[in-house]
Amino acid sequence: MIIAVYCSFCGKEEADGDHAVCRQRLSVIDPPRYCAHCARRMVVQVTPDGWTARCSRHGETGSSR
Amino acid sequence: MTAAPEQIDVLDEAREQVLERGVGLSQEQVLKVLELPDDRIPELLELAHQVRERWCGPEVEVEGIVSLKTGGCPEDCHFCSQSGQFPSPVRSAWLDIPGLVRAARQTRETGATEFCIVAAVRGPDKRLLSQVRDGIKAIREDGNDIQIACSLGMLTQEQVDELVAMGVHRYNHNLETARSHFPNVVTTHSWEERWDTLKMIRDAGMEVCCGGIIGMGESLEQRAEFAVQLAELEPDEVPLNFLIPNPGTPYENYPVVEGAEALRTVGAFRLALPRTILRFAGGRELTFGDLGAKQGMLGGINAIIVGNYLTNLGRPAQQDLDMLEELSMPIKALSQTL
Repeated sequence: MIIAVYCSFCGKEEADGDHAVCRQRLSVIDPPRYCAHCARRMVVQVTPDGWTARCSRHGETGSSR
Repeated sequence: MTAAPEQIDVLDEAREQVLERGVGLSQEQVLKVLELPDDRIPELLELAHQVRERWCGPEVEVEGIVSLKTGGCPEDCHFCSQSGQFPSPVRSAWLDIPGLVRAARQTRETGATEFCIVAAVRGPDKRLLSQVRDGIKAIREDGNDIQIACSLGMLTQEQVDELVAMGVHRYNHNLETARSHFPNVVTTHSWEERWDTLKMIRDAGMEVCCGGIIGMGESLEQRAEFAVQLAELEPDEVPLNFLIPNPGTPYENYPVVEGAEALRTVGAFRLALPRTILRFAGGRELTFGDLGAKQGMLGGINAIIVGNYLTNLGRPAQQDLDMLEELSMPIKALSQTL
């Protein structure tokens, strides 16, 4: 199991600083932009009812709605 | 001794001028509305709602949008996370035809009558226009009769004609902000270049969709200027966005527009544009939250983008549809748009 160590909004280490604003943005209007496992920028496609985000190393994730 | 000239209240003026006669407010009048104190906002919104009902009717036009080509744009629009000139985390992506067909189907299933295909470009090249043509054909072959709009940047006359031939009925091209403020927002092309594209669209018989973004450092005077410049264009639709300060853009540290200020802007734009489709677009989730969205719908708005935007997420479509039902606002049917 890979542990998420990077913030998906800003790409910095989760342990480094306060990510409250990042979490708020991710919960309201932003899809993840950085891979939580390696901090690579992901290719993100937003569609009317969801999103997909693809990391070249760790593969694709997506919304459930 | 001469008597001081009697001050006429701008909302009283608007009742007679806009509500009764359907004549939009002037720049000076719009500015007065934008300067109203917070305790007069409910009165403003009530009037704006009456104007909307009188001149547009009770229906709400529902639309979905999708990004066909994301990121890597050569232009430097300072608000945009898709510009290739800024260190934004948004990476380039193309949506394939099956993905476009699915997005159109998802949009139609919400009851929406409009589906807008958007690309982050200065203007479309042959590859992009070919993708749009194939996409529209595939959407129709899927049995989807939704009205299709496009937003592909600045156009040549030949490209306008091609889009008309494809059956695109409305074209979005935002002026974004007041003419006097535009050079602070974009330096790679001019406000006038955008205006020229809009005139070509109008002359070709497509519906004109043209709005902008509130909260990009413009003054209240410039906000009023923008409202009357839009009115001069006589667009069929004005999408009203509120700045989302996106990481990596020059505006990433700009404050989110406050709810009261945003509601005043909604009301003022309705009083400047009594007959136009005024659409809630991006940024409303940050600016208003859930409560403010209702206030906006009861304050002059008569159209809404449901679901997600281009690079940002919106509320789930059902949440907005439930809100419209709760407000007893009927969704405009496709038969009403044809």
